[in-house]
Amino acid sequence: MSATSIPSRTMTSRRRRFSPDTRTALLYLLPALIVMGVITFYPLVYQTWMSFTDFQLKNLSGKVAPNVVGLDNYANILNSQLNIPNFEFVRLLFFNLFWAFSNVIIHVIIGVAVAIVLNTQGLRLKRVWRALYVLPVIIPPIIVATAWRNIFDKDNGAVNMILTGIGALFRIPPDVFRIDWLGQVTDPIAFIPLPLAFFALLTANTWLGWPLNSVVATGALQSIPPDLYEAAEMDGANWRQKFRAVTLPFLRPAMLPYAIFGFVMTFNLFYLSYFMTSGGPFGRTELFVTQAYKLVNDFQKYGVAAAFSVLMFFLLLAITLVTNRMGKATASYVD
Amino acid sequence: MTTLSEIVKAVPTARRRTASPSGPRLARRNQVILQLICLAIGATVLFPILWIFLLALDPRNLSRPDGLIPPGASLAAFARVFAQPTSDPISFLELARNSFVLASSVALFTVIIGVFAAYAFSRLRFRGREVLMIAILGVLMLPAVATIAPLFIMLNRIKVDLPLLGAFNLRQSLLGVGLAVISGALPFAIWNLKGYLDTIPKELEEAAAVDGCTRNQSFFRVVLPLATPALAVTGFLGFVSGWTEFYFVSIFLNDPSQGYTLSLALNKMVGAFGQTPWSDFAAFAILFAAPVSIVFFFFQKYIVGGLAIGGVKG
Repeated sequence: MSATSIPSRTMTSRRRRFSPDTRTALLYLLPALIVMGVITFYPLVYQTWMSFTDFQLKNLSGKVAPNVVGLDNYANILNSQLNIPNFEFVRLLFFNLFWAFSNVIIHVIIGVAVAIVLNTQGLRLKRVWRALYVLPVIIPPIIVATAWRNIFDKDNGAVNMILTGIGALFRIPPDVFRIDWLGQVTDPIAFIPLPLAFFALLTANTWLGWPLNSVVATGALQSIPPDLYEAAEMDGANWRQKFRAVTLPFLRPAMLPYAIFGFVMTFNLFYLSYFMTSGGPFGRTELFVTQAYKLVNDFQKYGVAAAFSVLMFFLLLAITLVTNRMGKATASYVD
Repeated sequence: MTTLSEIVKAVPTARRRTASPSGPRLARRNQVILQLICLAIGATVLFPILWIFLLALDPRNLSRPDGLIPPGASLAAFARVFAQPTSDPISFLELARNSFVLASSVALFTVIIGVFAAYAFSRLRFRGREVLMIAILGVLMLPAVATIAPLFIMLNRIKVDLPLLGAFNLRQSLLGVGLAVISGALPFAIWNLKGYLDTIPKELEEAAAVDGCTRNQSFFRVVLPLATPALAVTGFLGFVSGWTEFYFVSIFLNDPSQGYTLSLALNKMVGAFGQTPWSDFAAFAILFAAPVSIVFFFFQKYIVGGLAIGGVKG
């Protein structure tokens, strides 16, 4: 509540106020502004300048200034002419978008389904299941990624061992199940241009991603007044009609912002791609974040990496604006 | 897995019985079906975790185990990784100490600075508020990797030759890594804390103002005590991001003597393709994850809600 905000002035005009805000606000913001100015905003500005240069290893010391190359870095990225293996901008863009989209859809569907099961009245052991299902959330992603890297390992992985075990029951020789989940070059499904590694990553990320969606959906489900269902029943609604008319309108406002948020998070998910496949086979499971990391770490192309990050920024901005608009377009569903 | 529609069907059945005064009950058949579904989901959730535990207890430390169930169990892998997880001469405790220093400084720093900024955004109206909020949100959206090139170069420029301590390069130090992690963690802390402060009723502060509290007193005596859970949660999330930090450490630090962390050792263990000692890896992963996972598990009530709203920057 403050002296300058208009609604509060009309509503609480008799109440005593704090002194004017702007000076106080500056004082409270100062530490954060200084820190962020130096280590967040200045690097972003510096990065924009770097993106117009050919900054490389020899310029690191600061003694040799990098050459200004104009928009060359951007042009080379967009034309996939970076002199690094397996880089193809358009493929990377589409794969990254598809990766985020497919994951979020699966997370939301499973998350909502499990929340509905656990919200069933009279279900026993609810607390046990809820506690169990939160496990993927509490394990650090770097551990999750390396563990799944091991599970899908060609020689030592749990998946291949289980398949071999099941296969043995049917007298299938074990060599059949030395499946190279993370590195196989030929696509498993002929008419879908996605490598086997994509499905391995999808499995791992499904395991990782649905529980939080379930938490959000549970919150929304518990906010539904039970009499709405009773009223619907009196009107003779079947379960499908009740889901569409009662459950869905309450789920949507909670799930949509979280799905948008999940989309951006999955789009930027570093650990799985980096540790499980390292972008392979032939860079086909590379994401923008892993590519940006490699441009700095493996190739020391700092100027190109800067341009790449600037492009990433605008891409994420576009995604946020588009998804926000989509969110707003459907937000009035309940109101 | 059954389909969504089949599961949904169970809901109205339960609702219908809500009306009865004896409390909600579920038909035995539905109870059994739903319990089986829950069990199946639980199995998929537990499977990778159990697998890692199985590997860690496998006494053979094979790089190529030949069955799901190891013959016997031993804690030898834990003892090995505790003494020296990788080929580098550094023990688990030393790695953990480095990670702990990094994590706790990130947590402390972001929470202390963050809560002041969050309060300003939550309660004060000032010029440029919207612009600043959008700037912070924009940074929040950006993955940490996106500022890696300029941070690397900027921090690398800061070198001093100290007479006794020798040459110091900010980039090649835990301090430099800490600064880089804070650059990503601070916007998140501000955002997360602001979200919580928004839920503290303004009437409390208005009452304090009537009693003659200044703005500062109101912040320190009314808001801050009420925000303690949020401070703890935000601090914990900052701690986790420092504890598991990988990109900055792996790019900035390239010599064990400069401060090797747990995440670097883990990377080194799985990086050795073909001859990863899987039992050692699994034992190390458990030791690495346990401290944060256990805290998380017991305080999930406070943490998961905030996570679902704010999320962690990846």
